Formats: sequence, C-alpha cells, structure tokens
Amino acid sequence: MSNVTRHVLKNGMVVLLKEVHSAPIISWWVLYRIGSRNERTGTTGVSHWVEHMMFKGTDQFPPGYLDKAIDRVGGQWNAQTFLDYTAYFETLPASEIDLALRLEADRMVNAKFDPEEVASERTVIISERQGSENSPMFWLGEEMQAAAFRVHGYHHEIIGDMTDLHTMTRDDLYNHYKKHYLPNNAIAVAVGDFDSATMLARIQELYENIPAGEPIDLFVRPEPDQMGERRLTIERPGTTAFIQVGYRVPAATDPDWFKLELVNSLLCGPDSMGGGSIDNKTSRLYKALVDTELAASVDGGMTQTIDPFLYLINIVVRDGKSPEEVEAALNAEIDRLRNGDVTEAELNRVKKQARALFAYSTERVTSQAFWLAFTENVDSYEWFDNYVANLEAVTLDEVKEAAARYLRPQNRTVGYFIPTEGEMGEESEAYMEEAE
Amino acid sequence: MSGVSLPGSHNVTRVVLSNGIAVLVYEKPDVQSVVIAGSLRVGSIYEAPEQNGLASLTASALMRGSQKRDFNAIAEALEDIGADLDVSGGVSTTSFSGKSLAEDLPTLIDVLADVLRHPTFPPDQVERLRGELLTGLQYRSQDTRYRANRAFRETLYPADHPYHYSSSGSVESVSKLTIDQLQQFHDHYYGPKGAILVIVGAVKADAAIEIVRKAFEDWQNPNQTEMPPLADVAPAKATKRAFVPLPGKTQSDIVLGVPGPSRFAKDFQAATIANSVLGQFGMMGRIGRSVREELGLAYYVYSSLDGGFGPGPWNIAAGVNPANVDLALEQIQNEVRRLTNELVDDSDLTDNQAYHVGHLPLQLESNEGIAYSLRNIETYSLGLDYLVNYRDTIYRLTRVDLLNAAKHYLNADALVIGIAGPETR
Repeated sequence: MSNVTRHVLKNGMVVLLKEVHSAPIISWWVLYRIGSRNERTGTTGVSHWVEHMMFKGTDQFPPGYLDKAIDRVGGQWNAQTFLDYTAYFETLPASEIDLALRLEADRMVNAKFDPEEVASERTVIISERQGSENSPMFWLGEEMQAAAFRVHGYHHEIIGDMTDLHTMTRDDLYNHYKKHYLPNNAIAVAVGDFDSATMLARIQELYENIPAGEPIDLFVRPEPDQMGERRLTIERPGTTAFIQVGYRVPAATDPDWFKLELVNSLLCGPDSMGGGSIDNKTSRLYKALVDTELAASVDGGMTQTIDPFLYLINIVVRDGKSPEEVEAALNAEIDRLRNGDVTEAELNRVKKQARALFAYSTERVTSQAFWLAFTENVDSYEWFDNYVANLEAVTLDEVKEAAARYLRPQNRTVGYFIPTEGEMGEESEAYMEEAE
Repeated sequence: MSGVSLPGSHNVTRVVLSNGIAVLVYEKPDVQSVVIAGSLRVGSIYEAPEQNGLASLTASALMRGSQKRDFNAIAEALEDIGADLDVSGGVSTTSFSGKSLAEDLPTLIDVLADVLRHPTFPPDQVERLRGELLTGLQYRSQDTRYRANRAFRETLYPADHPYHYSSSGSVESVSKLTIDQLQQFHDHYYGPKGAILVIVGAVKADAAIEIVRKAFEDWQNPNQTEMPPLADVAPAKATKRAFVPLPGKTQSDIVLGVPGPSRFAKDFQAATIANSVLGQFGMMGRIGRSVREELGLAYYVYSSLDGGFGPGPWNIAAGVNPANVDLALEQIQNEVRRLTNELVDDSDLTDNQAYHVGHLPLQLESNEGIAYSLRNIETYSLGLDYLVNYRDTIYRLTRVDLLNAAKHYLNADALVIGIAGPETR
C-alpha cells in the first residue's frame, strides 16, 4: 500500500497519515502502548476497564454526548484493548473528522473517572466477563494462557481475573490512565479523504501542546523458556469437547514469525487480515481431522505480538469422538510437516492466498488505519507494508526448519475442554414461567 | 458521498436474463477484488415441521459435490485463488455471497453456477456434513443467547408458522433428513425465477454480465412455483415468559418482543426509526442508557427489527447477571411503554434521521456494503434509486408516524420473553 507519511510531534506523539480518496470518509485512530501484557497481579483487566472509562465523559464532552454526536453524523466509534495496546477510533464522513480529532485530544488528558461512573461500569464489565464465561472456549482459553505463561503478562485474559474486577479501585484506574495516556506513549493514524498538510497542521494544533510525561517504564516480565509439554483439562457442563493447542512462537518482529504464518496456512488455512476470510477445506488439518470425521472444525492463527506468544490451533471434537483420538491424528499431521513433507507448489499456493487476503484487508480505511497503528506499535508501520513481500521471501527450507523447530511437543501447551453434562437427548427444555 | 455518487439507476447496471434472474453490477475500479451477493427464492417456508432444517442442509450440501467437481475440487477451485463462497438457507430465500480477486470472477461464477444448478449430494459427504452440523446444534443447545432466542420465537410464533423454527433445524429433525429429500427439495424448488445476482468490484459491467449469462441463462426449472406469502401473526394478549435453565452458566440472556413489520409494511421505515430511538442510537438507544449506562446491569442491550418477507420479530436482547433479570426487564418494559405512550422529542426524531441518512457513506464504503444493499433493494423491489431517495424517505417521517408505528406493533404489557441461564430459584 505505502504512501504513508510518518511524523513525530515535539511531545513525542507519532503520527501516520495516508490519503485515500476513494470514499469521502476518514478513519482516525489513537493507540496507546499499554495493554494487558503490562498489568500486574491485583489489577489485571485495568487496561480494558480504563478503555471503558474513556467513554464516560470529560468536562467538554459529558457522558453520552459523544455517543449521540457521532451517530448524528453517521459515524462509527469504538475502542479495543489487546495484549499489547489500547486503541480508540472514529470513522466519520470526511467533513466531520474534526470532532474525532478534538475528542481524542480531550480525553487523552481530561477523562474524569467519576466514582459513580466507575461503580456503574464495574457491573457492566463483570457482566461482559460473565457473558464470555457462558462460552466453553473462554474457560479453556483463559486456562491455556495461564498455563503457557507463568511469568509474563500474557498469562491473564485481557478482561482480567474476576477477583480483580471486584477489588480494583477508582485510583487504580485513574493512576493507570495518568501514567500511560501520554502523547509520548501514543500512535495516531489518519487514513482517508484528506489533504495531508492540512491534516497534520490540525493535529499539531490540537495535540502538540499536550505535555509529554516521564519516559514510560512499562511493566514487562520476560517468560522463561518452556521446558516440556504442559497439559490441562477443563471440565464443565456442556455437550461438546474442544481441544486447544498453543505452541510458543516468537514475536512479530522475528523473521521466523513469517515462516510460521505460512506454516499455519498449510496446516489450518490462511489467517484473515480483517478484510474477509476464506474457507480452510484444503488445509492439512481439515483433511486430517474434519474429512476423517474426527472433528467438526479446526482453525488456527498466529498473532502479531510484541513478545513471544502462542501459535494457537482450535479443534471442535465431533460428537462421539474422543479428544485423545483427535489429538493423535493432529500429532501425526504435525509430525509429517516437521519431517519436511511439504512441496514448493503447496508453498506457492498459500502465498497466493496471502496476497488475496492482504488485498481484501486494504479496502476499508478503518482496516488500513487499524493495521498501521497496530503494526507501528509492534514494530513499524512498514511491517504491514512489507507483509506480503516478507511472506514471498520465505523459502521451502525455511518453512521446514521453522516447523521442525517450533512445533515440537516440548514447546507446546495442550488443553482439553471436557463436557460433563447435557449429553445428547438430555437437552434442557424451556418452560413457561408465571407472568409478572 | 453525495447523491450523485450513491449507487442508483445512473451507475448500477441491471439486466434481467430471459429466465428471470436479475443481475446488478456496480463498477468499483479502486479496489483489487470483486464481491458477489445474491439469492434464490427458496427456503424453509417449504419445509414440513418434521423436515425442519431441510432447506438449510440442502444449501450447505451444495458445496459438497457437483456433476463437474467433487468436494475437494470445489474447495480447491476457490481456496487455490484465495476466494470464498458461501451458500446458506433462510426462511424465504437461500442466499449466497462470495469474494475473490477481480481477475478470478469467472472462476467464482463458474463454481457458483455449478453448485447451485448441478449438486450431486454425495452420501459420504452429506453424512460428514450432517455430523458437523449436529455437533454445532448440540453446542448451541448450551448457548444462552441461542436458547433465549429459540424460546422467544417458539413462544411468539405458532407451530404452523415458519418463523417458529430455526432454519438450521433441530438435532432430532436434522438426524432424520434423507439424501432423497435433499435431492427432491433441490429439484423442485431451486430455479432461476426470482433469483438475484449482484456483482460489485473492479470489473466492467458488460463483461461481468456476459460471464453470468453464460453460466446461468440456460437454467430452467419448470417445477418452480410462486412462493406462498408468510401469514400474519396475532400479537400476544398478555406477557408470556419462557425460561430455559442451563447449568454451569454465569449470565442470563434475554430476548423479548413482538411480531414486527414486514419489509413491505407501509410503516416499516417509521418502525425502523422508532426502533433506533428505543435501542440503537447513541450507544443502544434509550434502553442502553437506562439498563447499561445508568444502572450498569448489562454489557449489551439493544433492540432490532427484522423486516423480511413476513412479520419478523421486533425484539430487544440483553445479557445480564441472573439476579438482575427482573430489574432489567422492568426497565426495558418501561422504555417500550414510553415509546408507545409518548411522542418522541423533536431532537430524537432529527437525531435518528441524521444517523440513518448520515451512515450511508460508511455503509457503502466497501464492495460488501454496496453488494448487500443492492441485493436488499432488488429482493424487496425498493427501486434502483432507493439509496438516492433514501434521505427524502427518512426526512418525510414525523413524530406521529413513529408513535403510530410503535403503537401498531409494541405493547409493554403483552411482550413475549425468552430467557436462558442458570436456575436461580
């Protein structure tokens, strides 16, 4: 894609601009380099809760005002908290973008964290977590991260441990905000229908006078090497068994990351880049597990992370099959790849898939702006620009070598979700209650 | 996006093939891809209750083998080029959507025509698919959102109405469907009459239409009949509440509502804007403000309105702590009552009008957004200039229109409520 210009304001804020004139809209992102990886025990989930509080008003924009103001101009706004960052965005008709520029500058400094709003949001966040808990995969995923990471902050869910959601205080939240929501810890991105010089001038006007804070000392504890396979089981009511396998893999800045991205394409089908996904019925694990009627589905994915994370494979065990037999078939297929059974033609095929999925991901300004901010945080926005070229450069030998090295049993965590009730035919039936 | 650049009769090419298929093409040269979206006039409306899931299974099984390609060949034809194609059966239509690089449109259309027209339903593949679907249905039997919605619909619509059922069917019904039934369903109901195919992307309209013509114009099905209308449904006379106990869950999901307007109802647009006031505008509307923002009872609570061929539900959905179910319901009922008893404020009306009209540029940014809008326009015969005229349509509405629409459908004292969650009493 390219045509991105990068600027650093006097207070350290990084600004990336890219003009796209195909539709009269602009997407504006502000990403803070703070996520769940930097959270300490006792305040897990603080980044995500702070994200919620950023929608709870400032003096200039009282609670509820912006929800309406954005909708009124036909825009869209939201935020996301991830392992490595917390990000906010507005996508608006180009003529209305000044509202987004002003509101992000305002809440970088002036979010109120009103105690009553904190109390009300505590129950909303607990409800959000409880909604996730209704899904078996949530419990399995949470336990997998905890098992795979003993020391590093990747060990807890982004939403945080329930106990911390009950005990965290308004001061915990506010201190987190004041420490990390600083221009020198922020990446701002605009993609869309604007003139770069005019846009940059307006950004400077709104943001350059926000004082930089102390250099940020992020809390990070490196994870020690894994010394053997880790296994866990979750047993809860349900009807369906799941398997999740997580191989420890390097950060997105490591050249091996791209080799493993292609390994994943071979095994599970290509990762979506956010512009649409494709089926994985020709992938190796689909053929080995779903075509053989051991599993109902399989998917996998690499994640672009700052620190080494997991290459995750998720399998839904088909009714009547055991997780053990599914895992045996999985292992056989993994071993086949580790032993170097892969051809140039297969590699070229997954590279073509990657080119298509990358093209799809560049068709919306919101998606483009997201990727620029996301990858600038992980490494540099050029990571996204060079994504296809870096995949193209991977050789067959490198794929084989990466598979052999990273897909060792000693390098993985294996989790089973075992359903304990609700066998077929014992479905819960609805019954009518007395009307109020 | 100005009125001139909105998709409309001036820049959408629409032709109807001699066998009845409407083809719409919108050229979008600034992207590398092409998106297709369309539908056939076939769905679960033709199912007997004991065959529930037949239309959906038939649609899903299309991609499992055709006269020209077996399962693997279909998958390879698409995945080798990074393309995707999906067919799914609904109540009144069976819809499809796909995406590829623009240069691969001929392949995408070729596979589409192949699977829609010449499926072979290979027994081993259908059994494999059935097993996958049954695993999914069993999983969903423990899903609180799914079960609350099922309980809601099964209470709202009588057992002889297609909306009573899930298009996917049940474990019991899907287990019993036979390959002969699939083949017969396809032979009888799949055909070109009423079919729609929309193409949006980096293609030339003439060339795209020619590709479609070659693939589809000789398709005929003399068995195909006019689809029967969906019956109206009488609203409940009093509140009814169905509860699905699910062990091991920590949150209760709620779905409540009434039979709403069809897309053809005169007050559909007024109901849409009233719904937006109730549960969408500015962070989930009035119920969002009351249930989430003020009381902190729920992470999600919103209202929606289906507006399909028949009286689809106008409903509100929320996920709340089991201890807060009654309080959340009371708040929601209060907001429904307010919407049916009082005119909305002037600002409510103008805000929501601006929201719906202003959202068009974002909605129409992508190939998918344009393709789905055009499919919708063709499906409900809204006219090619629907988007161009949309602003006038919405700004013509008055506060009284919204109140009348709300009164027409909603009744705070006669709501059907479906709840799924842990047993609390």
